[in-house]
Amino acid sequence: MKPGVLAILLAAAVASGQAEHPARSARAVTQTVVPAAAVPRMPHFRWENFTTANGLPDNHVFSVLVDGGRIWAGTNNGLGEYENGQWKVYTTADGLAHRAVLSLALDQRTGAVWAGTMGGLSRISAGRIDTYTQLNSGLSNDVVYGVSVEGDNVWVATAAGACRLNTRTGEWSLYNERNTPMIEIWAYGVSAAADKVYYAVWGSGLLEYTQKTGAWDMYSDPDGETEIVLLKDQGLIHEITSSVSYVDGIVWVSTYFGDSRYDGRYWHNFLTKDSGLPSNFTNFVKGVDRNRAWFCTDKGLAYYDGTNWAVYRPALDTHQPEMIVRDAGGHVTEVPVSTAPAHNYVLGIDFQGHDVWVATAEGLSHGIYQP
Amino acid sequence: MRRGILQRIAGIALVCAASFALAALWPPEVAVKAQPEPTPEERYASPLELLLSPDGQELYVLCQGTDEVRVLNAASGRVLREIPVGHVPRGFSLSPDGARLLVTNSWDDTVTVADTHSGRVVATWAAGYEPSSVIEDRTGKRLFVADRIGDNITVLDAATGAVQETLEAGRGPSYLTLSADGRRIYATHVYPNPVPHRTPPRSEITIIDAAKAQVVDRMTLPGIAGEFHVALSQDGRLGVAAELHPKNLVPLAHVEHGWAFVDTLTVFGADAGRQVEVPLDEVDRYFAMPFGVAITPDKSRIFVTNAGSDCVTVIDTKRMLAYIRKHPEPFAENLSASAHYVVARIPVGKNPRGVAMSRDEARLYVANRLDDTISVIDTRALRVVETLRLAGPTNVSALRRGEQIFYSSHSFQGQFGCSNCHIDSTFDGLQWDLEPDGFGRDIVDNRLIEDLRGTEPFKWNGGNPTLVKECGIRTEMYFWRTQNYSDLRLTDLVLYIRSLPSRPNRWLAADGVLTPAQERGRAIFYRTADTLGQPIPLENRCSYCHNGPKGTSQKSFDVGTKKATDNSGLLDTPQLRNIALTAPYLHDGSAATLEEIWTVYNPHDRHGRTNDLTKDELNDLIEYLRTR
Repeated sequence: MKPGVLAILLAAAVASGQAEHPARSARAVTQTVVPAAAVPRMPHFRWENFTTANGLPDNHVFSVLVDGGRIWAGTNNGLGEYENGQWKVYTTADGLAHRAVLSLALDQRTGAVWAGTMGGLSRISAGRIDTYTQLNSGLSNDVVYGVSVEGDNVWVATAAGACRLNTRTGEWSLYNERNTPMIEIWAYGVSAAADKVYYAVWGSGLLEYTQKTGAWDMYSDPDGETEIVLLKDQGLIHEITSSVSYVDGIVWVSTYFGDSRYDGRYWHNFLTKDSGLPSNFTNFVKGVDRNRAWFCTDKGLAYYDGTNWAVYRPALDTHQPEMIVRDAGGHVTEVPVSTAPAHNYVLGIDFQGHDVWVATAEGLSHGIYQP
Repeated sequence: MRRGILQRIAGIALVCAASFALAALWPPEVAVKAQPEPTPEERYASPLELLLSPDGQELYVLCQGTDEVRVLNAASGRVLREIPVGHVPRGFSLSPDGARLLVTNSWDDTVTVADTHSGRVVATWAAGYEPSSVIEDRTGKRLFVADRIGDNITVLDAATGAVQETLEAGRGPSYLTLSADGRRIYATHVYPNPVPHRTPPRSEITIIDAAKAQVVDRMTLPGIAGEFHVALSQDGRLGVAAELHPKNLVPLAHVEHGWAFVDTLTVFGADAGRQVEVPLDEVDRYFAMPFGVAITPDKSRIFVTNAGSDCVTVIDTKRMLAYIRKHPEPFAENLSASAHYVVARIPVGKNPRGVAMSRDEARLYVANRLDDTISVIDTRALRVVETLRLAGPTNVSALRRGEQIFYSSHSFQGQFGCSNCHIDSTFDGLQWDLEPDGFGRDIVDNRLIEDLRGTEPFKWNGGNPTLVKECGIRTEMYFWRTQNYSDLRLTDLVLYIRSLPSRPNRWLAADGVLTPAQERGRAIFYRTADTLGQPIPLENRCSYCHNGPKGTSQKSFDVGTKKATDNSGLLDTPQLRNIALTAPYLHDGSAATLEEIWTVYNPHDRHGRTNDLTKDELNDLIEYLRTR
């Protein structure tokens, strides 16, 4: 199925009310009287927001990467590097593949940063930018939605399937409908590790590559593509996947119709109706460990600690800073806060110790942990 | 043995026959007596690099020609030990405590680890592609290895040799230098970094944080295409890199106006105050191919070997720094500048390369690669006080003479020689505008010159049927602007070039078995029908023009790549041997990568039927080509 068709279905689903309005549901539940002592302790942050007014290259931030004390922001108009209170901006004039930087990954060993853009894949290493495109290299497509580094390999998610660059030999390997179970080839996200590599493929669910055997497997929605969940926790929540995060042997998957957690044997799915998710429309997920994860949705940033949920955002109606906590019993409490992320349309997150850095549609936000 | 003797006889006969034939055309410059080729047991030592032991008593000599390191008594020159290493060693260093000798074997892709006390090899570890230099960090935890054709720095565990990571370097990383405080490693490169077509070349010095094992800075060197050694002062305030500054964007004319190369140093650090390019040449005399660099501990003098000019340039550091401060504008091409800071040119042996300075800075040892000697320079008197001769053949064979010619700068005013563009007998990664075709016409990419037999004719237009013509009249007239070679010198040079072997192909498994992707690519290379089932005309098949063991039919074709600046689209079919090494591609270097040959420059399938291929299939074809 073509993405365009799926987008129409998605719009129809939202219009029909299947994607529950989180503000409405949250407000409804907060009327429950909950003793203050029972509110679970969830992380508090003081949010500092960056926009073009204080050096960010563009307010539309697609991706964020923490590199020690340095922060990289992939924006709609260049790649920003923030260090020691100063922004440095890389553009196409510096050799960046395209102004729109959709994804970022750090090679922990070498310190090189890989940037997936709308016009190719760039590597930034100590100020030098090398760019790979579908014309000058084996890259399968110039629209690079996701990138992940594992050992000598750079795994790339593109609009024309998955590919892998071996940085030692220079060999490119392409994976698509010809040699994997992939049906659609619009790869949105990738998360690579020494044992497994996972791809979120828009319309083809979750693709799993086993490093040892070189075999591919695919996980799809047992209900098919329908936006109605018939079989909860029987498999991936939906095939319209948007990102994947593999950490501690756990796969966290985001879709535009809810999110999933897979431990290699069992699935657990998250929907607004039975979790603290502010929206089923999730752009990005990043696992902290096997129990905890952050979800970047169109209606705020959500944190799940394995039991409880917290949502951080400007309120959808008043735009005032808001933090909502939901406990295991479904009790929802508004916690008074004075700051919030720059916008509730959240596209990416990365961690800096206890702090978080968040990419939103209206700026980059630094969540400074408040002990 | 019998085969070796026959080859020697055949070689001698060829030399003699060619000599008689050519002698009829040109009178000899000097009488050269034909001498026998050395047997394999009598290989020339070809000393390339030198090291002194921490106590200064022993001199380590990297003998590239005999695949060994010889350890000499630094005072007497007496050989103490001989340490066999791998094939074509290129760089070496001592561990911080002096207990271990580390040697890169460039054709084996290994590092030899030897015990300096016993001289025994204790380990041989795998490294990257064509390891050329090695450094151990001060903590003894890691080895850093510069891989010339891998374009990276491989980091090894110093205890086990296990590869920890590979760091992205510039193109052709070949020489590593550890700063005196042990915190930084400086990597220099023999080839320029990729740049857009027909723009000035650019190289870099890659700077690595030794503790983090990460690249932390890249010093861009505008206009530079070949860098060699870099030296750092002990106080960390002065750095000096030896390099070539080519002028490849202008037509190769007016040698008398200095059109081809400037030999320079890049000086950097707090003492210089900025990164500045300093010329070594003089207005009417060039000092070609600066290679080895040493700074005296008190920083008063800088010594630079000029490999193409058989001398060592001596610089007064204070005067150089004063000149730099007085001249804030670039002055790399102001050849009158050198008179302000060059205090001596010391003649040494043939093709001087690596240097080692005694701790008391009284003596500088210079490895003369092409006459198997080591010059000992008194750094105060600024003259050679002793010449150590390494054991080996005493005769100078025709091949050796040819190699000496290849590496000497024999153009007008000694500006450049063959090895300027064919660095270490390879290529330079540049495109040149050669004058005979007309100014601004027929821009040509430099090619690899290994294993040339069976690839005639030469030149991209196929205009030279033999190497004698390629290297002879045309080169003499247009390149060197000098008197013609003598017949014997030309024969020697051609013999040397024809003798250059092809280096091992790193993308082909040792057993020759292709990977699945390479096998699929091979099928595409030899296919006779396209993916639609339509027969591919003969001239549109890869294997038609690129046939034979070296991938050339030795014929010319028009594959639709003619540019507005080209006089003709008819081009000689290039050989495919080690094609992966020689980016950019096409006759004028306009294709930055192998992929661009077909994704950009083959819109009408004239350079082979390829537009029916999927991206997967094109990748497979390229994987196969890289095995050739």
